Amino acid sequence: MSREAVLRASHLTRHYQIKGGPFSKPATVKALNEASFELFPGQTLAVVGESGCGKSTLARVLTMIEPPTSGELSIGKHQVSLKEGQRPPAELRREVQIIFQNPYGSLNPRKTVATMLEEPLKLNRKEMGAAERRKKALEMIEKVGLRPEHADRYPHMFSGGQRQRIAIARALMLNPKILVLDEPVSALDLSIQAQVLNLLADLQEEFGLAYVFISHDLSVVRRIADDVIVMYFGQPVETGPAEEVFTTPRHPYTQALFSATPVADPNRSRQRVKLKGEPPSPLNPPPGCPFAPRCHLATDACTRADPPLEPVGGEAADDKTVKVACIHVERSIAALETASA
Amino acid sequence: MALLDIEGLSVRFQTSSGLFTAVEDVDIRVDRGEVWSIVGESGSGKSVSMLATMGLLPWTAQVTANRLEFDGQDLQRLSSRQRRRIVGGEMSMIFQEPMTSLNPCFTVGTQIDEMIKQHKGGSRKERHERALELLAQVGIPDPARRIKAYPHQLSGGMSQRVMIAMAISCDPRLLIADEPTTALDVTIQAQILELLLKLQEETGMALILITHDMGVVAETAKHVIVQYAGRQVEKQEVKSLFANPRHPYTEALLSALPERAGDKDRLPTIPGVVPGQHDRPTGCLFNPRCQYATDHCHEVEPVAAPDDPARTLCHYPLGEADAAGATPDDAPNPPPRPESTDHRSEVRP
Repeated sequence: MSREAVLRASHLTRHYQIKGGPFSKPATVKALNEASFELFPGQTLAVVGESGCGKSTLARVLTMIEPPTSGELSIGKHQVSLKEGQRPPAELRREVQIIFQNPYGSLNPRKTVATMLEEPLKLNRKEMGAAERRKKALEMIEKVGLRPEHADRYPHMFSGGQRQRIAIARALMLNPKILVLDEPVSALDLSIQAQVLNLLADLQEEFGLAYVFISHDLSVVRRIADDVIVMYFGQPVETGPAEEVFTTPRHPYTQALFSATPVADPNRSRQRVKLKGEPPSPLNPPPGCPFAPRCHLATDACTRADPPLEPVGGEAADDKTVKVACIHVERSIAALETASA
Repeated sequence: MALLDIEGLSVRFQTSSGLFTAVEDVDIRVDRGEVWSIVGESGSGKSVSMLATMGLLPWTAQVTANRLEFDGQDLQRLSSRQRRRIVGGEMSMIFQEPMTSLNPCFTVGTQIDEMIKQHKGGSRKERHERALELLAQVGIPDPARRIKAYPHQLSGGMSQRVMIAMAISCDPRLLIADEPTTALDVTIQAQILELLLKLQEETGMALILITHDMGVVAETAKHVIVQYAGRQVEKQEVKSLFANPRHPYTEALLSALPERAGDKDRLPTIPGVVPGQHDRPTGCLFNPRCQYATDHCHEVEPVAAPDDPARTLCHYPLGEADAAGATPDDAPNPPPRPESTDHRSEVRP
């Protein structure tokens, strides 16, 4: 591939230390394990998984809110090397911006829309005058589909969809290359969700933005993603091009996740890969593959070692190969074929 | 005689800025063993109408109805003591947030026991046994140990199972589930929905499922009611609703689903937002967002045609061209239908 990646992550890992109380030992929570991927301009990488699978930890590491415990992160040509509690250099912070799930909590209620949009410019473009800042803010307001008269209003005067537009506008003020979207539409109603998704698609086209789209809603992901990472219990279990992963899910967890998602078609026959039980506690991880206790294909071998993420069929690995972390991948694919036959 | 028979239910709230109509003119008839679903966006009044049926709204709510009957008993005329005997016993409800619906100070066993004691009675030992049986029935592993657990020791899915155990503890004939899986993960959601349907089949109770998720509707319910801004806009069987929506709102909502949008570059959207208390339009409530709206829609409030089984609240129900001659005489001809709408125009004046 001749394209230049805007973000490269290799073996990103983030662990948290939990202090022991009087009756409990200190423990380590492995919130994110060995995540590797590349992100290209104009592309969307979707991260899917259930709560507690490390999606938001990944977002925090990518936006440099927290340093990784191990592994490497490079943005553009810069290698990010952060220590605990250190602030990343300004030129890198400008490149990556984040949009949060809840637009009711992520906007300061005491500031007008224009003030909020001008703030990043004030901090990062010190040479810019007030009039120019205002002009830039108004331009952005229009870009995200709001009206100029909205500039001097406060967040409480807007609906949820409009607030998410303001959050998007604020994130774009410094012309970032990468936008991390942490469940950007899950707090919105269906009719508003479509509006925001279309806006994100328009902006991506216009600015060549790279999106890291974190979501649990598979129908949304299928629609907008170029590549997908499916995560379970802090680690990627399946990665690859979205179309490939959605048409032939190979990991048993991916299959279960996809078949559990309700589809708005009453005529579809319901055939579920049934999942027993619930995700394990991060304080007490199961031995070997973390999915083994819930997996219908699990054998004794699964509990012995944690399977690495490997290209399916042992093909030469490029970024179009689907990688799966499962030792029973062949059986899993065979099970899928018999089910669909 | 229907199990639950509601006609013309309206709920108004006295607020500091005047009377707010949350639900207006809702009709629901649910027979024994039926599975219904009420679908709508936030603010569509789907929860409020069911809370009104249960009698769980605060005193600021003014509930009026032409008919509000459960199993032949007029709920409006019952004394609060008589009504209390039905609510929770024969008519039961599960709420959205399982973690906050349970009392954190008492064990799961105590809370289930309280329900049984209130409605069924029996000795302590009998009640304890019934509670164990219920926990096993809702698929909680090791009930003898879990019955002593406090809510914080349970996950979201487990808490919701406990809520379901409480709701079915007195063999209700009607179970209302208000967004029972919205706070849960998809794999757990699938387990809970399956459990609800299994229990419904085993006990033959009627089930009303309130949801905003069209996928959940398609996979669980037989009949569906679509609500918009407090009004019931359409009522159909699930299969025909997805195949032939009658109300423009339903049609727009279905086409905004990412999985139904096909290969189009952008999703079809509904412009604007749901009207609030202060920006209610005149005429049809959906007219500012409707792609088919005419002057007639802006002026006259639509009434459902009496011969329309779907009770579509629209001057020009979709698919009417096939059902010849159903257009009302006083209405002008519907306008030609535009192909798409501008998706960047979510702006309120």
